[in-house]
Amino acid sequence: MKRIGVLAFQGGVIEHVKKIDEVGCVPVLVKKNEDLEGVDGLILPGGESTTIGKFLIETGLKEKILKLAEEGLPVWGTCAGAILLSKSIKNQGSGVLPLLDIVIERNAYGSQLDSFKKEVFVPRLNKVSECVFIRAPKIVEVFSNVEVLAQLDTPIAVLQGKILATTFHPELTSQNYWHSFFVENVVK
Amino acid sequence: MSEVVNVNDRYELNKNLAQMLKGGVIMDVTSPQEAEIAEKAGAVAVMALQKVPADLRKEGKVARMADPKIILEIKKAVSIPVMAKVRIGHFVEAQILEALGIDYIDESEVLTPADEEHHIDKWKFKAAFVCGARDLGEALRRIQEGASMIRTKGEAGTGNVVEAVRHLRRINKQIAYAASLNEDELFAYAKQLGVSYELLKKTAELKRLPVVNFAAGGIATPADAALMMQLGADGVFVGSGIFKSKNPEKRARAIVMATTYYNDPKILAEISYDLGEEMEGIDLRGLSQNELLQFRGN
Repeated sequence: MKRIGVLAFQGGVIEHVKKIDEVGCVPVLVKKNEDLEGVDGLILPGGESTTIGKFLIETGLKEKILKLAEEGLPVWGTCAGAILLSKSIKNQGSGVLPLLDIVIERNAYGSQLDSFKKEVFVPRLNKVSECVFIRAPKIVEVFSNVEVLAQLDTPIAVLQGKILATTFHPELTSQNYWHSFFVENVVK
Repeated sequence: MSEVVNVNDRYELNKNLAQMLKGGVIMDVTSPQEAEIAEKAGAVAVMALQKVPADLRKEGKVARMADPKIILEIKKAVSIPVMAKVRIGHFVEAQILEALGIDYIDESEVLTPADEEHHIDKWKFKAAFVCGARDLGEALRRIQEGASMIRTKGEAGTGNVVEAVRHLRRINKQIAYAASLNEDELFAYAKQLGVSYELLKKTAELKRLPVVNFAAGGIATPADAALMMQLGADGVFVGSGIFKSKNPEKRARAIVMATTYYNDPKILAEISYDLGEEMEGIDLRGLSQNELLQFRGN
């Protein structure tokens, strides 16, 4: 059985853990470097990207994850996780784990009053995905090596090699298509 | 880009934001400078206030919603969510905060209540609400009124965690009790608590509140924060404990770390080391009934 790590400093951790369980994998909470031993993939959950980023730097997990990703560890960031993975954050430098060739803008839709839900057809899944956007970021630019999997006015799900990012929260819905996709097509 | 029209969808989205705050610390701030310190320390949200509870307690004047100027300045200073407090029952203060585009409204006993009988009908708002509770009945009544997040009331501005512990333990105990009841008994218990049978049943099935529950009121040290997490809180609110201590930057950071590593005594020992003087605590036994904030709102 595949072991999937969930970065567990803060945020939507338990929601991802449940989904990983649902798709038949073993969830592993990651708070320290040693927790990453033997994981087949890693999820960076939604939460506050500044808070999570700070922990990544101070614990040294940043270097460890970057090294493992370089060696091919599949990584998926949802919402705040997508910000952490971005090469560039509009007007704010880069993400703490800049593995993905995209430019992202934080809180691009506005405050919590502008949070929304939308159903979007995703060709690669051949499914209508329920997309929940909570103070979500917007991917404002993608480089040519990045595959766009789903799009509203801008891309909302992108894949580059083994790095997946969604600006919405599949873990907050009753569906588990995205977790299956991550396990079957990215982790493999 | 607001796609949501349905009030239930809106409520779900508001519950979802609270879920994203889990495992984090929400800090009271009274200025953009303090908000920046909080964000830098790793707070997941800030609570914009005119004065922190310890000062409100000392002054004994009417305490109201913060000036929109302060709230907007704080909003501009940080990228994390900004919450602000309104008086219990003061739906116009809530309308103002919603108009300001606030991320969360705290209908709080720390401010002077505006209405001794009615809480705000939170279903009328698009904005998300957090409310205080001392027991299961109070928590579920607030949820029925549309709160999408709960916090224990504790006894704010005292630096004394005893009431927060009491409230969280009580809620947990009552949920465990509800979960042990059969249908008839659950009906009677719902009546006793003054809540709907459906909501109590759902809570009993989930074996937890159906919304996120943070600990609040009197948390002053990293150990306090970790204690509340080990007792089952989803995260913590820290008010006077930070900016009334000698070294707010260091203490704020330590409380954030303690909330994440709450189960790791070795790390907690390191975090707690040499933090400087904490805020002065108040022994609650020395306070009269009308000095206690937790009895406001029911």
